[in-house]
Amino acid sequence: MNAVKYAYGMCFVLLGVLLSPVQASGGKVEGLVKAEIDLGDNASLQRGAQLFVDRCLSCHSANLMRYNRIGQDLGLSDAEVKARLIRGADVKIGSTMQSTMPAALANTAFGVVPPDLSLTARSRGADWLYSYLRAFYVDPARPLGVNNLVFKDVGMPNVFWREQGEQVLTKGAHGEAVLSLVKPGSMSPAEFDGMIGDLVGFMSYMAEPAVLQRKSLGLWVLGFLAVLLVLVFLLKQDYWRDIKK
Amino acid sequence: MNKLFQWFDARLPLSSFWNAHLSGYYVPKNFNFWYFFGSLALTVFVIQIVSGIWLTMNYKPSAAEAFASVEYIMRDVEWGWLIRYMHSTGASAFFIVIYLHMLRGLMYGSYKNPRELIWIFGMLIYVVLMAEAFMGYLLPWGQMSYWGAQVIISLFGAIPFVGPDLALWIRGDYVVGDATLNRFFALHVIALPLILLFLIGGHVMALHEVGSNNPEGIDIKKHKDANGKPLDGVAFHPYYTIKDLVGVVVFLFFFAIVVFYMPEMGGYFLEKPNFIPANPLLTPEHIAPVWYFTPFYAILRAVPDKFLGVMAMGGAIFVLFLLPWLDRNPVRSIRYRSPLFKGLLAMFVISFVVLGWLGMQPVTPLLTFMAQFFTILYFGYFVALWWMSKNEKTLPVPERITR
Repeated sequence: MNAVKYAYGMCFVLLGVLLSPVQASGGKVEGLVKAEIDLGDNASLQRGAQLFVDRCLSCHSANLMRYNRIGQDLGLSDAEVKARLIRGADVKIGSTMQSTMPAALANTAFGVVPPDLSLTARSRGADWLYSYLRAFYVDPARPLGVNNLVFKDVGMPNVFWREQGEQVLTKGAHGEAVLSLVKPGSMSPAEFDGMIGDLVGFMSYMAEPAVLQRKSLGLWVLGFLAVLLVLVFLLKQDYWRDIKK
Repeated sequence: MNKLFQWFDARLPLSSFWNAHLSGYYVPKNFNFWYFFGSLALTVFVIQIVSGIWLTMNYKPSAAEAFASVEYIMRDVEWGWLIRYMHSTGASAFFIVIYLHMLRGLMYGSYKNPRELIWIFGMLIYVVLMAEAFMGYLLPWGQMSYWGAQVIISLFGAIPFVGPDLALWIRGDYVVGDATLNRFFALHVIALPLILLFLIGGHVMALHEVGSNNPEGIDIKKHKDANGKPLDGVAFHPYYTIKDLVGVVVFLFFFAIVVFYMPEMGGYFLEKPNFIPANPLLTPEHIAPVWYFTPFYAILRAVPDKFLGVMAMGGAIFVLFLLPWLDRNPVRSIRYRSPLFKGLLAMFVISFVVLGWLGMQPVTPLLTFMAQFFTILYFGYFVALWWMSKNEKTLPVPERITR
């Protein structure tokens, strides 16, 4: 009998492992760090939106994200969105975020059209983005002079080189790849991480705008179900009172 | 109001149906935790039908528009994200509930005489549900949708002689494409749900004809009171309608936790690569089906030969149909069966879960060996059951329900 109990126990352990919220498909990429983001911090999301427009939208697009939706969700008026986030007089408040660089030019410049970033935080994950954006290092062998520890031989330049400074690839005590800052940028490493956190936070929001609503709505739904559960349970107890075991 | 009801009742079997299937349908009084999953399966079915209807109002079944239309639902349609998450969570919830429902059947011998046909109907529901889920998974037109469908359909190509033509016939094209998406949409939203509805009807009708089994595996119809009501039974309504309602609310609580707080379920319910639009020119590094198919996928990969692998995978499902005749022991409940049976069932469950895990992993020699080992254990259950159940030493089964 003990063997059976042990076996049942094993089943539950395995079931637990299976259902544990770890990434299912695709291998775990080595060296990913946890993204320091807070979707409840509206100021951070606003800073992230600004960074995204200023730094990413020159080459990338976010075809699925509308400007006015950003305004509604992050507490910016249409006028503020127009002033701060929209580049180009002909871009409407309800349009989606298009790259300011024509696709043909991008193709000539980088060899590929830079990917649309609407869903990158969901397809790659926030941790990947956060790690990737911090993992550029100087590599003279590459056409743009930089390489990336998370995305080897990436075609993208380090758009934050002024803030981050220059990193080089060295070997750690156990032979592992380590990036060390050889030339400081305009920001301290902590400030820089904070900025990347703002950007990745915004990109996570952009990949799923409903994320801001669903968590607060969920509390109401769960609260309602909890109350309903108490009521139906008491009702059931009352009905079953006369049934002998 | 009463007159109106009588007018209808004289022309439609309303009250007689109510009596036969609810207020006058007697069910064993000792149902435990495991008996919630039938009504929960029905609950999920309703969730899927209703949320599915609303999804079709904005979904576009074309290769050019499908991916963007799903994101349109997620962003621009009022409450679209909620409807979509209910549907995507419902798909996985359906299989969780169905697997536990089937395990209940295995534990308490619910498939045995006289309930073989209920089990057959249930297995047919399971097979159609797998087809339904597989076709629904193509519709978001993400990378994993596309390549998962490509891999699974190509399996039909392994069948000798007719295989390649069959795969072509299913796809409607030489690769998975617009034609495939369109026909899968048609099958997913109307053909298969209709078949499911008929099969569920058959499942319940066959159940109500012979009556429910119970955790003791005792036939409650043997002992009746003066009115012909089973002494150990209670009327389905109100006793089990209200009890099942408790189960439904508990289920909805967990369901809501997933929908509102972890809709991707760490990549198990919504896989990361599926947030990239389908690209026929770019094969993902690692293609794995959704978790509920992975035990069979692991069996497929465990066999070195493609055709034999397909046969093993199909056999793993088909052998379940034979269960009522493979288990030759008349004792139903696990409570009165031998330690050997308990051990075998535990082995079977562990094999199924481990195979499910293996089916998600990239192939390595060690994992392939493990998959082969657990595939043998999976099939071993049925062989051992057939062999040991004939002369199994069981405990005496009580006449009446006492626990």
